Amino acid sequence: MRIPCPLCGERDSKEFSILGDATVKRPDPDGPDAAGEFFDYVYLRDNPAGTHCELWFHEAGCRQWLVVTRNTLTHEVAGAELSAGRKAKKR
Amino acid sequence: MSGRLERGGLIDRSKPLGFSFDSRRHQGYHGDTLASALLANGVRLVGRSFKYHRPRGFLSAGPEEPNGLFEIGEGAHREPNTRGTVQELYDGLVASSQNRWPSLRFDVLSFNDWLAPFLSAGFYYKTFMWPASFWEKVYEPFIRRAAGLGALSGEPDPDAYDHGYGFCDILVVGAGPAGLMAALAAGRAGARVIVADEDFLPGGRLNGEALEVDGRPGHEWAGEVAAELASMPNVRVMKRTAVFGAYDSGDWGLYERLTDHLGQKPEGIARGRLWHVNARRTIIACGSIERPIAFAGNDVPGVMMAGAVRTYLNRFAVAPGKRAVVFTNNEDGWRTARDLLDAGQEVAAVVDTRKGDRVPAGMEAVAGETRVAFGVRITGVLGRKSVRGVEILDGDGHSSVFAADLLAVSGGWNPTVHLTSHKGAKPVWREDIAAFVASKDRPGDQIIAGTANGAFSTAQALGEGLSAAEQALSDLGRKAPRLRVPKAENTATAIEAFWHVGEARGRAFIDFQNDVTAKDVKLAHAEGYRAVEHLKRYTTLGMATDQGKTANVTGLAVMAELTGRTIAETGTTVFRPPTTPVPIGAFAGRAHGRHQQPTRLTASHDWATERGAVFVEAGNWLRAQWFAQPGETDWRQSCDREAAAVRRSVGVCDVSTLGKIDIQGPDAATLLDRVYTNTFSTLAVGKARYGLMLREDGMMFDDGTASRLGETHFLMTTTTANAVGVMRHLEHATQVIWPDLDVQMISATEQWAQFAIAGPKSREVVARLVDEDVSNEAFPYMGVAEVTVCGVAGRLFRLSFSGELGFEVAVPARHGDALIRAIMEVGAQFEITPYGTEALNVLRIEKGHVTGAELNGQTTAADLGFARMVSAKKDCIGKVMAGREGLVDEDRPRLAGFVAADGQARLWAGSHFIEEDAPADLAHSIGHMTSVCYSPHLGRYIGLGLVRGGAARAGDTVRMVHPLKGIDIAVEIAHPVFLDPQGERLRG
Repeated sequence: MRIPCPLCGERDSKEFSILGDATVKRPDPDGPDAAGEFFDYVYLRDNPAGTHCELWFHEAGCRQWLVVTRNTLTHEVAGAELSAGRKAKKR
Repeated sequence: MSGRLERGGLIDRSKPLGFSFDSRRHQGYHGDTLASALLANGVRLVGRSFKYHRPRGFLSAGPEEPNGLFEIGEGAHREPNTRGTVQELYDGLVASSQNRWPSLRFDVLSFNDWLAPFLSAGFYYKTFMWPASFWEKVYEPFIRRAAGLGALSGEPDPDAYDHGYGFCDILVVGAGPAGLMAALAAGRAGARVIVADEDFLPGGRLNGEALEVDGRPGHEWAGEVAAELASMPNVRVMKRTAVFGAYDSGDWGLYERLTDHLGQKPEGIARGRLWHVNARRTIIACGSIERPIAFAGNDVPGVMMAGAVRTYLNRFAVAPGKRAVVFTNNEDGWRTARDLLDAGQEVAAVVDTRKGDRVPAGMEAVAGETRVAFGVRITGVLGRKSVRGVEILDGDGHSSVFAADLLAVSGGWNPTVHLTSHKGAKPVWREDIAAFVASKDRPGDQIIAGTANGAFSTAQALGEGLSAAEQALSDLGRKAPRLRVPKAENTATAIEAFWHVGEARGRAFIDFQNDVTAKDVKLAHAEGYRAVEHLKRYTTLGMATDQGKTANVTGLAVMAELTGRTIAETGTTVFRPPTTPVPIGAFAGRAHGRHQQPTRLTASHDWATERGAVFVEAGNWLRAQWFAQPGETDWRQSCDREAAAVRRSVGVCDVSTLGKIDIQGPDAATLLDRVYTNTFSTLAVGKARYGLMLREDGMMFDDGTASRLGETHFLMTTTTANAVGVMRHLEHATQVIWPDLDVQMISATEQWAQFAIAGPKSREVVARLVDEDVSNEAFPYMGVAEVTVCGVAGRLFRLSFSGELGFEVAVPARHGDALIRAIMEVGAQFEITPYGTEALNVLRIEKGHVTGAELNGQTTAADLGFARMVSAKKDCIGKVMAGREGLVDEDRPRLAGFVAADGQARLWAGSHFIEEDAPADLAHSIGHMTSVCYSPHLGRYIGLGLVRGGAARAGDTVRMVHPLKGIDIAVEIAHPVFLDPQGERLRG
């Protein structure tokens, strides 16, 4: 499988390691139900059949964490962007 | 050579080759396979079948061969289950038959054949049911001995394998007429092309047929195209290379055989190369496989696929028999009769299952020279180790027998669609050609051409090859060259599907390699195993090393007949990689033994080797474990001496392997506050602080010091084992969790050589190394400074892991070797002693410092006595989850020290703690010992461990139980810091 790294170009998946679901967000530690939210954040993951956003780490390349949009049924990769860039844009 | 024809064939008669089979000497020619050479020598019995030990000969002439498997080579190089039809002949080749005892002609276990009624499908489950205790000791060993293929040498694989990586615009799988045509068009268009074929001679069926392309022999056309392709710089022609698997994003697995065809294996060349090829488009032109017909005795040596007979005749100039009968359900079988007659062989009869008495166009001469029968079937084969005759039954119910020693069978052709289904697309049935073809749901980068696509005539194959290339080029935005499809035969196979002879009296084999008969399929059906996946597993149809290449379709056609469903409704099983056997060693490549992981050496490695160091692996590093001195015979002697020397005077240890991460930026301090439990933003420049890191689930992750080199500049250290993990953790934190932090980091582990100098005399040594003032006033405990070390810009840290006065001196790694030698030189007057990781461990246990044994992924900061290091004023990774009910339970085992109650007994890490009056079982375990050592300083064994109640129970006695060693002794709980609890030594 090949992943289009925004910095390095299309690279073999051997250069990456996967962490999984990129849609989870670290909760507010001071929130009213921080304990419950952190439990979900640490342990609960969606595993959809089809399009999924996943965190992949280009550890043997540019060492950037990427958000990769991948079809979990066909392994087709629709795109990848820098995790850092994506979050920064939203803020 | 009884079978070799006088003329013809693509062999080099000027290069005779000697070889042996079961110790008998034979001769063949360059260009032969082992199979063609054996047949040329009149050897037809080449193996025994898997279950019934029936005599078997070659069925095919290609990689689909189910019967002709051999052990090739001797000793550790012996390779079992090698297909004789693929193995190229070389001078001195040594081949042995398999699965027979004592010999191939007389095989004792062939009595299994008479037991066949008891060995039908599912016989394991039915026959070996009781008594249950017999399974492991009696039944399984018996079955394993009786059934099987070749034997492994039992030695480690002595061969080397390489890995290769390739990229191309267009990968062409197969170099037959379709593949060559496609590659020619793609190559001339300038595309980057890889053409791979499992054979050593490009051409595919053109080499096995007496067919013309553009008015000359087909193999000549193939040779010319292959030569043109080889001359193109943008084309790589890979012979002896099987494309064995289709993977994601246009990735393909290829295995290239490099030396299997050579008698003298060249030095330094790998046996094979595993290729990972990424192709933008792939043209699958890997041909088709002729399928047998199931009839009684269809496995007797001398029964052979009709196409294989033509290959032996035309390519290898070998007549596989002297008097043949041809059995066919399509036009193709007639070609075999024609080629046999053209080669001067005798053809007793052509038996065509089709009705209508229609002699195929162009076969009138064949009909004139031999007996022809339509609407007729074969009901039996005479002979056991070799065909002697064939029994046929005509439409009127009359039986007759033809004397013959060769029976050529054509049941039609199965397109080789395996690769198209690796990604999950199931092949679909085409009634018009009675065959499965690739599904339209296959990945879009796969284009199918030629007989692999059910285009069975040569003209069609050439045409499809060209149009496949045109499509691929157009997909890639390239212009296709103007090319003409060469002229070639274009006859339809006119197949009328015919799968098995229902009147069969004897056993009619479907899967030759796994000995599955038509009767087994009927039995499976009768017992309710009707789905194809059930049929496969119950009967083992298609589960042998050939993966049922000649068997699957026939098996499910018979099942379809029995269930009254169509073949399309019955469907097919899924194919998975590899399509052809690939040595396991090829997947490992060079990455085995010492080469599985890189070996990292510290700057002081050569020096340590000179000093007699024994090394231990830690995080891929080799670290000195102890330095054996003359006269020391046991590691404990060395370790005790080294640890005592540190406490008495001074020692030096390479600590370069600890992870070092250089962190800079306005938010560097904020980041450290968020990843460490304690606060670093308050740390003064020029100071270091010990920090704890948690995982987000609240467990301890790592520990180490971080030094503030500047307002916005920190140097973090990690444990050796976690250096990679901590770096990844920080990058996740800054890129995923808090991308708004303005901070950058880089690993500096390998850039610095760092030595710990510890002991009462350490300041004296350091003062002689660095220009700066290192007095306690100028450079107090936990101080950090940039200094000049022997004239080199370096760093000095006042840190201690041993509990003694201690320093760590760091210089750029290239100066590490010089520095350790300088340290030894200036330290000589203080008898400075190098110490390894064993003494380091003793020193830290005496001081109660935790390491990996305690940071085991199941302990919290509170468990290890660090509750007060978790800042209440701020958040950090893991803080919220560390507050979970179960993790703050007072009853959790916590860190404590341990000594034997009798003062002298040896302690054992891994032992459980049990209360004095409780039974010694797991339910009553209240913790375990994590680290132990003999303390030369205290003169006794000491330990660290986790026990319910922790150090608060100091003075209590519990039992240390180690059931594996039969140890159950009383130990006293102690404070974990055995040495200088006030820390006066290290602050002095």
